[in-house]
Amino acid sequence: MTARSTASAGKSPSARAAFAALTAALLAVLPAGGAWSADAERGRALYAECKRCHQVGDGAAHRIGPHLNDIFGRPAGSLDSFRYSPAMKAAGAGGLVWTGAALDRFLAAPRATVPRSRMSYAGMKDGSDRADLLAWLRLSSGGGPDRPPAQPTVTPEEYGLDPQLLTIRGDPDYGAYLAGECTTCHRPDGGEEGIPSITGWPHDDFVIALQAYKRGKRVHPAMQLVAGRLSDEEIAALAAHFRRAGDQP
Amino acid sequence: MNQGEGVMSQWKGNSGLSRRQVLATAVAASTALSAPAVLAQGRPRVVVVGGGAGGATAARYIARDSKGAVDVTLVEPTRAYYSCFFSNLYIGGFRDYASIGHSYGALAANHGINVVHDWAVSVDRDKRSVGLAGGGSLSYDRLVLSPGIDFKDGSVPGWDLSQQNRMPHAYKAGSQTQLLKAQVEAMAQGGVYCMVAPPNPFRCPPGPYERISMVAHVLKETNPTAKILIVDPKAKFSKQGLFEDGWQRLYPGMIERIGPDFGGDKVEVRPASMEVVIDGEVNKVDVCNVIPAQQAGRIAAAAGITNDAGWAPVVAHTMQSRADENIHVLGDASHQGDMPKSGFSANSQAKVCAMAVRGALTGSKVYPARFSNTCWSLIGTDDGVKVGASYEATDEKIAKTDGFISKTGESAEVRKATYEESLGWYAAISDDIFS
Ligand SMILES: Cc1cc2nc3c(=O)[nH]c(=O)nc-3n(C[C@H](O)[C@H](O)[C@H](O)COP(=O)(O)OP(=O)(O)OC[C@H]3O[C@@H](n4cnc5c(N)ncnc54)[C@H](O)[C@@H]3O)c2cc1C
Repeated sequence: MTARSTASAGKSPSARAAFAALTAALLAVLPAGGAWSADAERGRALYAECKRCHQVGDGAAHRIGPHLNDIFGRPAGSLDSFRYSPAMKAAGAGGLVWTGAALDRFLAAPRATVPRSRMSYAGMKDGSDRADLLAWLRLSSGGGPDRPPAQPTVTPEEYGLDPQLLTIRGDPDYGAYLAGECTTCHRPDGGEEGIPSITGWPHDDFVIALQAYKRGKRVHPAMQLVAGRLSDEEIAALAAHFRRAGDQP
Repeated sequence: MNQGEGVMSQWKGNSGLSRRQVLATAVAASTALSAPAVLAQGRPRVVVVGGGAGGATAARYIARDSKGAVDVTLVEPTRAYYSCFFSNLYIGGFRDYASIGHSYGALAANHGINVVHDWAVSVDRDKRSVGLAGGGSLSYDRLVLSPGIDFKDGSVPGWDLSQQNRMPHAYKAGSQTQLLKAQVEAMAQGGVYCMVAPPNPFRCPPGPYERISMVAHVLKETNPTAKILIVDPKAKFSKQGLFEDGWQRLYPGMIERIGPDFGGDKVEVRPASMEVVIDGEVNKVDVCNVIPAQQAGRIAAAAGITNDAGWAPVVAHTMQSRADENIHVLGDASHQGDMPKSGFSANSQAKVCAMAVRGALTGSKVYPARFSNTCWSLIGTDDGVKVGASYEATDEKIAKTDGFISKTGESAEVRKATYEESLGWYAAISDDIFS
């Protein structure tokens, strides 16, 4: 473990500053012109749209989506440790490899490129936005020693939530009953279609999302209604259930 | 159960014993007679009548979660269920017919549910058995009725079921929906589509008005001088502000609604001459969509568990009939309180019922009932709206606790996202009912 990954685990302001400085340093060594003329710094800001689900960089782990390290040149749906949608696996088996061009096409219209994938993202319409994003991704996903540290997908602090909420251990069997209210809209498996798949979500991401809805920090009328009457224990139970459901074949 | 029934019928009328004690006695008696039969009898039996949003969900959840401990039989006459939900989108050209059809194959294959394609025609509550039109009968420990709706005879003078081909209701989906769509598409240029809207309570409160939107969408493209006339006995209707705003924006001048203040409640139809008489005034129309007043599916009345209005009152905590604790009633047929009669509601109630049934029959854990509903409606291309609420069980009824509704003036992106959400909901609830 490098000093950087330790810094990313503690979310102190000084770690953020160090990270920004590091990014600047990395950008300074980029070759001018050619494919890399895209603005990776802008791409880093655009990556905010991806960051809710994907980690990239030193110490990145699977979250709602797979980590993106070393993605360039990798066949789609090919990391053994991640539970991909059948559609994504089939795309990889069918020859889809994440070259820069393939990623560009996918990001422009994910659902048109890999229909029934679980990725809940409408697409990045602007080509130069995508170029910038991919420049950032190339920089942060490569295997070099200067890879920046992975950032957390979400933290309780972002929503002003008490971190203690993450320590509640829920009863997955109770969660299985409560989940009946979720599966009317969220398919237990299969592709996302206007409503995201929630099966297999990491515990913390699940709890933070529902707590944020419950407290009105995330806005969606149906989700605020559902989460609004869930107790902290019930949210933990649901998180435990959906986490467990992700382990089942 | 034959021997058991024989024993039980001797006990009939003995008010000193509860049904459960009678059952225990019956099983004990037959144990002495033939051991192998007892093994089969030891597995509690649930019969579900109606393979729609409520019934198929209940069958699936009971069978799935009891992991074979409960014997589940689903009685449903049709081999393919065409959902009313999204049937308006089919009329509007946003879905094809196959996409709203569902088969029962997965319920049998994945959960071991015994699917019997027949009509239930009678319920013997003392013997706890259901008679089938095909002649057989099925005995039960718990009966779940989710038969949807039937129409009230005579609620629209001049109309009865024999006229449903000239004046379709399309309020039970399938060939009726196909017929109405074909009639709309065949309308003469500048013709009149008339809807006779139903009085409260009826299935899917926004359903008639979503249908108006979809018919208008079709006519705007193919028959822009056509007119739509709604004859409505109700002063107000669901999502009224949202629909009327949408109609003005998308279909200006096309839709006219006659409420009770102008005689919308005094209507008679003449199918032979395709006339609609509104408060004495005769209107000639090209298509007439008559949605009559409604009541619980006939089998609920046959079981003797309906109230004067024709619906089956239930206990909110378990969806048990107030007249018979061995019968649960779900969905449109139930009289439960504040939930609208929707597929979402029926599916939500079915999960509470499934938990209660398993608890009673297998001793599995029972948690407090909770219900929710969201109804999406499509007004035009990418113009979706929704209304939703959460509910809890009180001793009196299913009571609304909180709710939301879309607003007029929302951005196009919000409306599009709402529409896309409805696609996700349809896919998910279909899986939740039939997979
Ligand atoms: C135009 C329209 C649009 C709608 N849109 C929506 C929507 O967007 N969202 C929503 O949530 N809801 C919607 N609904 C409402 C929804 O369709 C119903 O509320 C829902 O189907 C009710 O479920 P149920 O189980 O009570 O009845 P049903 O789904 O109607 O199922 C009843 C089943 O029982 C069977 N049956 C009846 N009698 C017997 C018998 N004696 N023996 C055996 N089987 C029997 C029938 O064949 C049927 O399959 C809409 C309805 C209409 C008409």
